[in-house]
Amino acid sequence: MVNSFMGPLNKFFEWFGDLGIFFWRVVRAAVTPPFEFRELFRQLDEIGSMSLPLVALAGAATGVVLSLEARYSLTRFGAKSLLPAAIVFSVIHETGPIITGLVVSGRVGAGIGAELASMKVTEQIDAIEASAVNPYKLLAVPRILACVLMLPLLTLAADLCGLIMGWVAQALVEPLSFHQFITNGFNGADFNDLLPPTFKTMVFGLIIGLIACFQGMRTQGGAAGVGRAATSSVVLSSLFVILADVVLVKLILIFFP
Amino acid sequence: MDTIDQVAVKREETEKDGGAPVIAVEDLHKSFGNQKVLNGISLAVSRGETLAVLGRSGTGKSVLLRLIIGLEKPDSGSVRIHGQDIAGLALDQLGEIRKKMGFLFQHAALYDSLTVEQNVAFPLQHHKKTMSKSEQSDRVGALLAEVGMEGHLEKMPSDISGGMQKRVGLARALALEPDILLLDEPTAGLDPISAGEIDDLVLKLQAEHHMASIVVTHDLHSAKTIADRLALINEGDVVIEGNFEELQGSDIEFVREFLRHS
Repeated sequence: MVNSFMGPLNKFFEWFGDLGIFFWRVVRAAVTPPFEFRELFRQLDEIGSMSLPLVALAGAATGVVLSLEARYSLTRFGAKSLLPAAIVFSVIHETGPIITGLVVSGRVGAGIGAELASMKVTEQIDAIEASAVNPYKLLAVPRILACVLMLPLLTLAADLCGLIMGWVAQALVEPLSFHQFITNGFNGADFNDLLPPTFKTMVFGLIIGLIACFQGMRTQGGAAGVGRAATSSVVLSSLFVILADVVLVKLILIFFP
Repeated sequence: MDTIDQVAVKREETEKDGGAPVIAVEDLHKSFGNQKVLNGISLAVSRGETLAVLGRSGTGKSVLLRLIIGLEKPDSGSVRIHGQDIAGLALDQLGEIRKKMGFLFQHAALYDSLTVEQNVAFPLQHHKKTMSKSEQSDRVGALLAEVGMEGHLEKMPSDISGGMQKRVGLARALALEPDILLLDEPTAGLDPISAGEIDDLVLKLQAEHHMASIVVTHDLHSAKTIADRLALINEGDVVIEGNFEELQGSDIEFVREFLRHS
């Protein structure tokens, strides 16, 4: 009974320990020259530009749903005039960042996990190391940095699409100019409402990039191992993004009241 | 069989090195979990010499090569490259040693997102930054010509055969002009003609570059062709080491059985 409980627990702590060592190696590789700028720009394009349509679509859909749901609830409580503010605050505070984090963890997490796992099982990562090139520097650092740098920008894109489609859904029911929607929505808002929630997604980016690279580069076995790495990259990065969000929301409320 | 000139060159090189082996493996132990793979193996290879490591599948031959290049860490024992123990070296120090080593992986391990040309250029781009693009391109062309792949620069690894991939892998291994060459099953999975071509290529490269080479193989015919010495390993240690005739003359039961089935 004790053993059946201790086995998974040991594995869990072992996984965390290995992740910590991996993170330390990545940090060391990131701060020592030479820097792989060409690979970083390639990853910025792969992770940023390629994720943009999906993130924009998810943000837009969220804006529509928020508008429909909020309209129904606020009308019931006689607070319909607060509808633009409710949409704006929901989008920029929470739904934009978390939807972006989850969409990117699905698309990019799976991609990085599968790509690196495939390189690992075909000995390509060993070949990089045998060529006296640091695989952490060449493979992990550019991917993780690209995730960290692109998540806030993608979040802004998701926010913008969410607000536009939130307004469209609202305007279709009750005519309202976009200017008026934005003016009412941002009334009383300041940079503390936009910047901390947007920049918290850098932590999401770190989690997604780190876990996907870690799961990919430690893969064992053939095609099954690649599949496991892709799945676990998505599952674990999504889970840790949600958990990190809980902590970050609390911290933002404390430091940016 | 070496020509008189080649023997003279080897002797001269060994004297220049003071007779010290380029690769010296001493009492090496390695286990994975409960499975003991290497059990106190010791080997030495000098400059210009080729050692073939033979043995049954799963006896740790490939692990031995991975330990020599530092992709795995030994449980105990030492690997000395040019007299320097690689255990405990920092990654950048190990990198300096790896630049002197070429490694051909069993399945070539070419980077599947890069063309043949980019694969061979990879070590040059990272370690010969003073080389201009045209110099790198010339060097890649020369390396690919050396392995008979000059007409396939733009192809992707998935578009060429296994034998061709190994040739490209060899060209990539030679890019930094190493003085150590490690070959993991260079003829495995190839038809007899392609395997013979790889053997001839290894012999030619060895004659031109005078590297210290270790070839891990199942293929006794290949080992006999390209190696100066053969080491047969079983249960993680060397059973016998010598030339082919010495193996043939052995009365050790495992050696006789191995030769009978080869």
